[in-house]
Amino acid sequence: MTAQTEKHTPTPPTPRPSTRSARYRALLRGKNRPVWEEDPSPLGLLVKGVALLLIVGTVLYPLYTVVLTSLSTQADITRSGGLVTVPGSLSLSAYTQILSGGIVTRATIVSIGITVVGTVLSTTVSVLAAYGLSRPGSFAHRPILFVFLITMFFGAGLIPTYLLVSNLGLINSYWSLILPGAVSAFNVLILRAFFMGIDRSIMDAARIDGAGDWRILGQIVLPMSKAVVAVVALFYGVGYWNAFFNAMLYINDNAKWPLQLVLRSYVLQGVTLPGSGVGQVDLDDGAVTGLPVKMAVMVLAIIPILVVYPMVQRHFTKGVIFGAIKG
Amino acid sequence: MSAATSPVSTSSRAAAGPPSSASSPPRHKVPWTTRLKRDRSLLIMVAPAVLLLAVFAYVPMLGNVVAWQDYSPYVGILQSPFVGWANFERIFTNPLFLDAVLNTLIITAFQLVFFFPVPIVLALLLNSVLTPGLRTTIQSIVYLPHFFSWVIVVTIFQQIFGGAGLVASRLREAGYSGFDLMTNPDTFLLLITAQSVWKDAGWGIIIFLAALATVDPQLYEASVVDGAGRWRRMWHVTLPALRPVIILLLILRLGDALTVGFEQLILQRGAVGTEVAEVLDTFVYYQGVVNGDWAFAAAAGLVKGLVSLALVLGANKLAHLVGEAGVYQKA
Repeated sequence: MTAQTEKHTPTPPTPRPSTRSARYRALLRGKNRPVWEEDPSPLGLLVKGVALLLIVGTVLYPLYTVVLTSLSTQADITRSGGLVTVPGSLSLSAYTQILSGGIVTRATIVSIGITVVGTVLSTTVSVLAAYGLSRPGSFAHRPILFVFLITMFFGAGLIPTYLLVSNLGLINSYWSLILPGAVSAFNVLILRAFFMGIDRSIMDAARIDGAGDWRILGQIVLPMSKAVVAVVALFYGVGYWNAFFNAMLYINDNAKWPLQLVLRSYVLQGVTLPGSGVGQVDLDDGAVTGLPVKMAVMVLAIIPILVVYPMVQRHFTKGVIFGAIKG
Repeated sequence: MSAATSPVSTSSRAAAGPPSSASSPPRHKVPWTTRLKRDRSLLIMVAPAVLLLAVFAYVPMLGNVVAWQDYSPYVGILQSPFVGWANFERIFTNPLFLDAVLNTLIITAFQLVFFFPVPIVLALLLNSVLTPGLRTTIQSIVYLPHFFSWVIVVTIFQQIFGGAGLVASRLREAGYSGFDLMTNPDTFLLLITAQSVWKDAGWGIIIFLAALATVDPQLYEASVVDGAGRWRRMWHVTLPALRPVIILLLILRLGDALTVGFEQLILQRGAVGTEVAEVLDTFVYYQGVVNGDWAFAAAAGLVKGLVSLALVLGANKLAHLVGEAGVYQKA
């Protein structure tokens, strides 16, 4: 890894570039290495490559076994004694079972509903608030900003929040899973920072042409901020999709449970799932039981993230950095 | 309120756009009635968010008065009798509370040593990958687990390291039995740290990569001319570029010292036992919502909230003393 390699190679790389050593050297250096940098040592490159492979493998391997197990039959599971690592006979019966009505199907619909409604509400409210706060010197600008900032430094606490939700009569209502966390001051500040970075002269020009703030937001600011709005929407969406504790607090009726809570009770804690085979042990060959169904529920909870993630992922650095390094 | 005086400038500095204090129109020349009229659409836009925060963030702050009451849900906040500091006295003499505080601090300290540096090392490693396509692919893969819920992460760990899991069944074939990391209190710290690393260490590199991208390549070139090798360049150019970010994140972590993966722990508290898995947040939940000792739990939660607030402010002060920007600055 150290700079030792320097002395093995001739410093002026001009003479006869077609020799074997020169080609070897060019291969090691790669195309993108800046000229001032030393040649990498082969050992260093190897260690780095292995490390990166291990890291990527640590993320992907568990996902592979989970998906494979959800597609396997009980015979494969008995053979491997748990998660399946080598593909055997594949079947989709675990999926047809959980998606043919019953508690998992219902929970999936509930989760999708909460996520869609919650994300639309949170993103809309946050974009509006961020634009409303993006012009320093406007009426009551500082006091209103305080209202947001204080919530980032001091949270009211679990008990008073629960008592409030309960007093509002929201226990067992889906709104209890949306409203209490609908606005995140952090996300508002991410959006606001981006809006404030937009060139003011464009907006001023529009104003002179008679556009009001609503039009400026809708026709100038929003089209220029698609990336950051997408990232904030993803943050909200993932938050709603992944939440289980708020449902554990506020939703007593398990017919109304979102998918994550079903996952916790029936998959993680192994409570028997009424009428869908999860948690039941049935040794009939070919029948879908226990583990495949459990892992199919897992995959069901992961799929939406895998679908949305690639669309938004490329905007991360742009969007996140603005807010994340807020200091 | 002392919290309130300082953060304002955060926002103006966060703007990254025109410096607000300089460019804002001279405020006092325009009468407030005119400004109210001029800015009414802005106020209407902010209104829904302010309303939601008022109801779901500020009303509960006031709701903390139950900490001074002998609260009963049947009587309600308005009718429950006040009992002075009795609930707070109960907290500080309660051995379970003190255990929860201790567990919380142990987990924070352990993760500060074994979690916090991981993203930095990963970022340095990834930053040295020069092929753009390969680098983007690896980034996308390591960010991914951050977006999985804790239920999924804990279930994956259970299926791999639990008593019926992958590792246990392989060990059983090899003749060892009784392997179960999920219920072993002795290795619990390692287990939850490994879970945190798997879920969030990849995501954590994003902020360091951004800081690394801002380093002027000429600095490297100049140091090479001056005879600096790889390690000296890392020490004198790369790490100084990361310093403000590291300090910022340390401050945020210190402010969050009393908050340790609530969802992660509440999922595993039952399997591994309260002795190691009871932290402040789970204590509040079980005492309040499960046992119905509302006022006692609210008092515990309030103490936690206030101490956390003091920690952020203190850590930020400390950052200023050592000459760093911190999270916010005095106006």
